[in-house]
Amino acid sequence: MAAYVLRRVLWGLVLLVLVSLLTFVVFYVLPSADPAQLRAGRNASPATLAQIRDSLGLDRPLTAQYWTFLSQVAFHANLGYSYFSQAPVGSLLVDRLPATISLTLGAIVIWVLVAVPLGVVAATRRGTWVDKLTTGGALLGISAPVYWLGLVALYLFADDIGIWPLFPGAGSYVPFTDDPWQWFTSLILPWIVLASTFTAVYARLLRGNMIEVLSEDYVRTARAKGLSERRVVWRHGLRAAVTPLVTLAGLDIGLLLGGAVLTETVFGIPGIGRLNYEAIVHADYPVIQGTVLLAACFVIVANIAVDVAYAYLDPRVRTA
Amino acid sequence: MSAGSDVALRVEDLRVGFDTREGLVQAVDGISYAVAPGRTLGIVGESGSGKTVAAMTAMGLTRGPRTRVSGRVLLDGENLLAASSGRLQELRGDAIAMVFQDPLSALHPLLRVGDQIEEAVRAHRSGVSRAAARARTLELLELVAIPNAAQRVGAYPHELSGGMRQRAMIAIALANDPRVLIADEPTTALDVTVQAQILALLRTLRDELGMAMVLITHDLGVVAETADEIAVMYAGRIVEHAPAAELFAHPQHPYTWGLLRSVPRLDAPVGAELVPIPGRPPSLIDPPSGCRFHPRCPYVRERHRTVDPALESLAGAGAVGHRVACLLPEAERQAIWAGLTSGAAAASQAAPAVAENTSPDDGPGAGRASEERPA
Repeated sequence: MAAYVLRRVLWGLVLLVLVSLLTFVVFYVLPSADPAQLRAGRNASPATLAQIRDSLGLDRPLTAQYWTFLSQVAFHANLGYSYFSQAPVGSLLVDRLPATISLTLGAIVIWVLVAVPLGVVAATRRGTWVDKLTTGGALLGISAPVYWLGLVALYLFADDIGIWPLFPGAGSYVPFTDDPWQWFTSLILPWIVLASTFTAVYARLLRGNMIEVLSEDYVRTARAKGLSERRVVWRHGLRAAVTPLVTLAGLDIGLLLGGAVLTETVFGIPGIGRLNYEAIVHADYPVIQGTVLLAACFVIVANIAVDVAYAYLDPRVRTA
Repeated sequence: MSAGSDVALRVEDLRVGFDTREGLVQAVDGISYAVAPGRTLGIVGESGSGKTVAAMTAMGLTRGPRTRVSGRVLLDGENLLAASSGRLQELRGDAIAMVFQDPLSALHPLLRVGDQIEEAVRAHRSGVSRAAARARTLELLELVAIPNAAQRVGAYPHELSGGMRQRAMIAIALANDPRVLIADEPTTALDVTVQAQILALLRTLRDELGMAMVLITHDLGVVAETADEIAVMYAGRIVEHAPAAELFAHPQHPYTWGLLRSVPRLDAPVGAELVPIPGRPPSLIDPPSGCRFHPRCPYVRERHRTVDPALESLAGAGAVGHRVACLLPEAERQAIWAGLTSGAAAASQAAPAVAENTSPDDGPGAGRASEERPA
């Protein structure tokens, strides 16, 4: 297992280099704007522009620029400096990460706590109103775009513009270390909005898996043993039905940790996703590269974690 | 029927149907049998004959909104079909237990074998400690002759061989010393050599524990050594029921003949008219009129297409407990079977014996067939 993980980690590093190269190429082939122009202002003289290009290293050959970036990352753990704010990219990421992690973890808690019971109950009471409500609601949750759902949530429940001002609205996020209570209340709406799509998807998937699993021979065996129906469903059924979903959930969590761009933007949460969005707007190449690499890291780590976790959840994988 | 006084499991006129979009599938259509402690009833038939459904219904495993059940299943006098699901849950795995066909799919793939056995122990002994349940688990593994029981408790099903898996499955069934054990094709998924071991194990356990056993199979070879009595099922009904030795010595029903002769034999003449049982089991939504076997029966008469035969005792002495549902006259059946076994397979087939005056046909399902007697 250790050798396997090591191999996966090495492949992950190779992948990161490829991702950084791709980001670099895309930025120079399809730049969102000229970074020097953006910094110099509308009526800058060619001399000023040239000076800015020189100071940012933009006039050097592309290969040299990429090599500088790569060697700085590899040998000095230095992701460079923002064109826009001059701040080190690394510290920008570190500043923004807690908000993204807060958002992601809360959403996971909601989506697991809601999707699992819904999926199981819908599967065991197939055709009843619980099932119809779940599958119908799930369809709604899957179809509704997050930014729309976010705006609707703000319009209905935000304390500044909402019809029922129940929760703090956009831009109210504060770090947990500043004020835990406000941190919590400010994230309630974003959590629910971010979790809704995932809850819908996972409730549906679990329902389907569960229906399949409950017709398996080993569930019949569990009943034949004289186990209670609750134990049959929640231990024997759920154990088998939820295992494939763990893989999926791991990957989704990895993706979310890379930044929930839409949710963070709608609710004004200063997370990785929002940083990435701002960097693109400002043609801030080092920050774009930093956020993309961080997201890629999370996805790669999530992939490895999922494979390792799966081996523990399904003993058949271990020996195979 | 044998051993009338002490009966562990008695099934009376059991009918099981399933509502489907195409109509009511009458999987089991009025079967009755009884099994005494320490005895084995073999139930033999093709897939789709209703043998498994009947057993699962006895366990309450077919209950559902689309299932139509009637009759009685008496476990020590208690009607399981009328029992509440709570009561049924108490009895399942305790007084009545079941072993399934394919142990790989019947065992939970993600749970350790020992835990699955232990769970069966704890399900019916509320006060039992973990340690005691674990001790009982080891005892059970040894009872079913699994070597290195202490190591095997931690194994997952896929880590065991097919035979070991089926032994573990049997251990689960025996966890609480059941009065009745239903084994549904317990050897079908296993190698031939392992089949013999599992059957021997089941016989030993039946005798040691004094269980009544119902052994369901499609293979007469499996029940030959193990069963005391054999019931042959076809299309949801029992068409022949006899003590095992009697059934093999004097089979009466053309379907039973087919089963007996479908056992592969190296010395059988190639291309002879002994194609075991032509055709396929009939639809249970719209079963054939008259004798249900008539579309596949080589000895069919016009009358058989409309008259539904009842399961009736044979007249002959020495045939005690032998019952058959066949409209052919007994003497003619004996002649045909004698012909079949002597090798002159086709001898009797074409010769239409003059139909004797028909005996009164008052089988349970006779009402549905309008009786038309050929002139």
